[in-house]
Amino acid sequence: MSFQGKKTTPRTASDRLLIRGGRIVNHDQSFYADVYMEDGLIKQVGENLVIPGGIKTLDARGLLVLPGGVDVHTRLQMPVLGMAPADDFCQGTKAALAGGTTMILDHVFPDAGVSLLAAYDQWRERADREACCDYSLHVDVPRWHERAREELEALVKDKGVNSFLVFMSYKDRYQCTDGQMYEIFSVVRDLGAVAQVHAENGDVVEEEQKRLLELGITGPEGHVLSHPEEVEAEAVYRAVTIAKQANCPLYVTKVMSKAAADVIAQAKRRGVVVFGEPITASLGTDGSHHWSKNWAKAAAFVTSPPINLDPTTAEHLTSLMSSGDLQVTGSAHCTFTTAQKAVGKDNFTLIPEGTNGVEERMSVVWDRCVASGKMDENEFVAVTSTNAAKIFNFYPRKGRVAVGSDADLVIWNPKATKIISAKSHNLNVEYNIFEGLECRGAPTAVVSQGRVVLEDGALSVTPGTGRFVPRKTFPDFVYKRIKARNRLAEIHGVPRGLYDGPVREAAVPAKPGAGTQARASCPGKVPVPPIRNLHQSGFSLSGSQADDHIARRTAQKIMAPPGGRSNITSLS
Amino acid sequence: MSYQGKKSIPHITSDRLLIKGGRIINDDQSFYADVYLEDGLIKQIGENLIVPGGVKTIEANGRMVIPGGIDVNTYLQKPSQGMTAADDFFQGTKAALVGGTTMIIDHVVPEPGSSLLTSFEKWHEAADTKSCCDYSLHVDITSWYDGVREELEVLVQDKGVNSFQVYMAYKDLYQMSDSQLYEAFTFLKGLGAVILVHAENGDLIAQEQKRILEMGITGPEGHALSRPEELEAEAVFRAITIAGRVNCPVYITKVMSKSAADIITLARKKGPLVFGEPIAASLGSDGTHYWSKNWAKAAAFVTSPPLSPDPTTPDHLTSLLACGDLQVTGSGHCPYSTAQKAVGKDNFTRIPEGVNGIEERMTVVWDKAVATGKMDENQFVAVTSTNAAKIFNLYPRKGRIAVGSDADVVIWDPDKLKTITAKSHKSAVEYNIFEGMECHGSPLVVISQGKIVFEDGNINVSKGMGRFIPRKAFPEYLYQRVRIRNKVSGLQGVPRGMYDGPVYEVPATPKYATPAPSAKSSPSKHQPPPIRNLHQSNFSLSGAQIDDNNPRRTGHRIVAPPGGRSNITSLG
Repeated sequence: MSFQGKKTTPRTASDRLLIRGGRIVNHDQSFYADVYMEDGLIKQVGENLVIPGGIKTLDARGLLVLPGGVDVHTRLQMPVLGMAPADDFCQGTKAALAGGTTMILDHVFPDAGVSLLAAYDQWRERADREACCDYSLHVDVPRWHERAREELEALVKDKGVNSFLVFMSYKDRYQCTDGQMYEIFSVVRDLGAVAQVHAENGDVVEEEQKRLLELGITGPEGHVLSHPEEVEAEAVYRAVTIAKQANCPLYVTKVMSKAAADVIAQAKRRGVVVFGEPITASLGTDGSHHWSKNWAKAAAFVTSPPINLDPTTAEHLTSLMSSGDLQVTGSAHCTFTTAQKAVGKDNFTLIPEGTNGVEERMSVVWDRCVASGKMDENEFVAVTSTNAAKIFNFYPRKGRVAVGSDADLVIWNPKATKIISAKSHNLNVEYNIFEGLECRGAPTAVVSQGRVVLEDGALSVTPGTGRFVPRKTFPDFVYKRIKARNRLAEIHGVPRGLYDGPVREAAVPAKPGAGTQARASCPGKVPVPPIRNLHQSGFSLSGSQADDHIARRTAQKIMAPPGGRSNITSLS
Repeated sequence: MSYQGKKSIPHITSDRLLIKGGRIINDDQSFYADVYLEDGLIKQIGENLIVPGGVKTIEANGRMVIPGGIDVNTYLQKPSQGMTAADDFFQGTKAALVGGTTMIIDHVVPEPGSSLLTSFEKWHEAADTKSCCDYSLHVDITSWYDGVREELEVLVQDKGVNSFQVYMAYKDLYQMSDSQLYEAFTFLKGLGAVILVHAENGDLIAQEQKRILEMGITGPEGHALSRPEELEAEAVFRAITIAGRVNCPVYITKVMSKSAADIITLARKKGPLVFGEPIAASLGSDGTHYWSKNWAKAAAFVTSPPLSPDPTTPDHLTSLLACGDLQVTGSGHCPYSTAQKAVGKDNFTRIPEGVNGIEERMTVVWDKAVATGKMDENQFVAVTSTNAAKIFNLYPRKGRIAVGSDADVVIWDPDKLKTITAKSHKSAVEYNIFEGMECHGSPLVVISQGKIVFEDGNINVSKGMGRFIPRKAFPEYLYQRVRIRNKVSGLQGVPRGMYDGPVYEVPATPKYATPAPSAKSSPSKHQPPPIRNLHQSNFSLSGAQIDDNNPRRTGHRIVAPPGGRSNITSLG
């Protein structure tokens, strides 16, 4: 399981590391043990370890030792209107590490005219140069065409990508039709990848935006008003339906509202393989700030789907997380400075979308879920790292403290409290959407690739040390069920003798324009000719009729056909 | 309320009619009284009525006297691949009267490319010459073309049509996109019309049809397999979401599955104005017959959305009908003869869609709902006539036994046992989808426009005696609430000083292909200029800067802008 990227980090003395006296927390159990790491891997876990002398030791007595957090959703290089986010790979991963996250999954977003593969290469190049922690990449599919199919295949087979995101929103730009989604999901399923959706009904959003602008509402509150939660829930419902039809595992990014979360929970009850990802923003704050009199502050909250106005949303989402209906937490970190956000100062639809959260995620989840008694520490590990590692197929390399796993660890102090503020955060933006939030639970030390990157509040990171983590297809956690269902879902036609009764002739030269025949059949492909039933015999009870060779008159309704109802065996 | 159509029926002696000793059932109460009918209207109700001598008297002997049924969904002239349905207005309304239905609302289906008005006139003429009972017309909007708005206005204001159906299925034929639905809903709401929706996801159906044909399944079972109930439920969910945004009532025609009905139930609990119409077929039969070895029989069941293969569906729908979550019953009557259906003998997508039910509807509802104890007789009246009359603005002219209402009355025998069979039905087709079903409850006497049209098994109708019943817009039953909701849901922006901080300049010549700013704004319409806030002042805490008149450099990210964060009053 110890795949190494192409770069090897320089070996130093600090490569060997011992964490002593901590309580190790995995998603299934907690126990007291020491952890010894070497060469970026966990080599030994247990008590009274036999280890070389003179190595660096971290004292974790009274503290928890967790697998490093995995942030499943960041956008550190998302192009919006030609602008790049304020936090790039260097700044973003630095902030991640400061918050106890040791791996991110960033979204590759191919801009217009850039192929998926080319965009992937851009991202790899930037991230390899700048990332301070391990990373992996999702690829967004904003435009669907035949060539994209081969690109997906290449990405899956050669590039270590196993998750693709489609947009149901952003009409006329990235939005997919239902038919395209079905096609993409079918391809994704055959490739063994995970289909992600950005779920909002783009058609309705656009109409609402038009309406609000016409009403003269141009401020950030218009963003929330034009992206109501029903529209999010509707899209989630549709995505679930399409995924179920295509028998493809579905992963809903950014679950921002109660209604959307409920749709996911209900779908799971019906047996759909679906995962939901609430983000730091939906767990830690609410949308009332969009109404702030301070434009810059209000604009800082703009993201899609928007942060919900209902202040009980966070409470509801954390409950669903603790019951397992939602499985992972991301941050959707994609920040823009006030000056960048101000591009939309006269029109909310132009405000670049995205909020911060990569640094705050672990603390916010601990505070909302564990400190409030909804989850235990093991479930915390599950939603912040283990589940993500399982879904995206890098478990147990990440997401577990075990011999052989990567040495990405966090020493967590559940008693520490921390006040989130733009003054102290590690980001390039002026506003922090969690400003003033007091969180219980914070990392005291962070170990990434076996090296201590955070200790005593001091961050020591090196851009470019982050490795790309390739991911294999057909994650067991997701695909075991899909495979079993594929076998079950085979459908068969009814073997029956061919209908040999009278057939009313359909008017082929139809009055309105196109031929009715072509319109009635499904568009796109030519219908396959029916397969001849080999059991069929020429024998018919009624026998051949004298007038068989005479063509029937057209357009005549035949109530009691001359050939008799030969195929009608009973009326019941 | 006694609007009379342009034709007046010839006055004959049987015009005056007394029903003696019956128990009158309305949707709110039942009581014993005599009913005196004259000139096609109910003139008196009560005991010991003073009536002219020599009138024809019917002894009801304590049997139920109910308002004649209203079938809200028929297609007696639907074109499909150049054929029209086997039961025309004469045959269909005759069957309706025999079953106790004294009014139908038929769907005008304009072929794509022909105008709504022309088609409406075509239907109007056909029905005027053939119909035996009163009728009204829904108009289906099969395409959203230029000039459709004007036509809709004419239909509502001059032609007495207040209900329009839109399609979410039949891709590339009738289907509308979500944006069009939003537009159509907004427009129809302005006209005060009832919006009917055929709810199925057409995109996915097209995909499934392709897949199933490719698998070599060509029989009627393919119809059910390619239209699973999830796709119906999904479309219902979407229709309700869009209607919720527009704040308009929405009426789902043909509720065929449990999941679609459940979505309606859930939505009603949250507040949207949703109405659902199960049809005789979904209440009395199920989709297992699609797998019949007899092709002709299987094909007779083909309708869209299809009958659910789940045999517990009728029971579930009846329960929802009884508790008020579904409100009306239709039939979707649109039968084709076996020879017509056989056009699709090698390809299920070409089987003309439609089942019978106009004659059986009242009996099926009685048997499934009242005879089983789920509903009482008053609720029966509500779901078979009163609710329909209220929704479509016919009340109390139809759907109630009261002085001044139309003399459409049925004397109902709750105990009569009747076996439905193709041998005795009035429809012109060879198969009856309820074949062999034993039903309790049946009409003894049917009175339409004050004349006895069915008595002792004898039918006495003449072509063309049915009148067109025009309907006014803004039915109170729906629009009272809409009006109030409109008032309380006004949107207002936040009055705030204009943002006067630095603005990141979007590169005018983006390196990417698309011009980013215009792509970001919503297409088609140009943005209205932002409204200038009159409260705004030029005063800023930071004061004017010396370099204010120098244009800022482009493409330069400003992290700590020189002008200071002037608009930032607090960080909290």
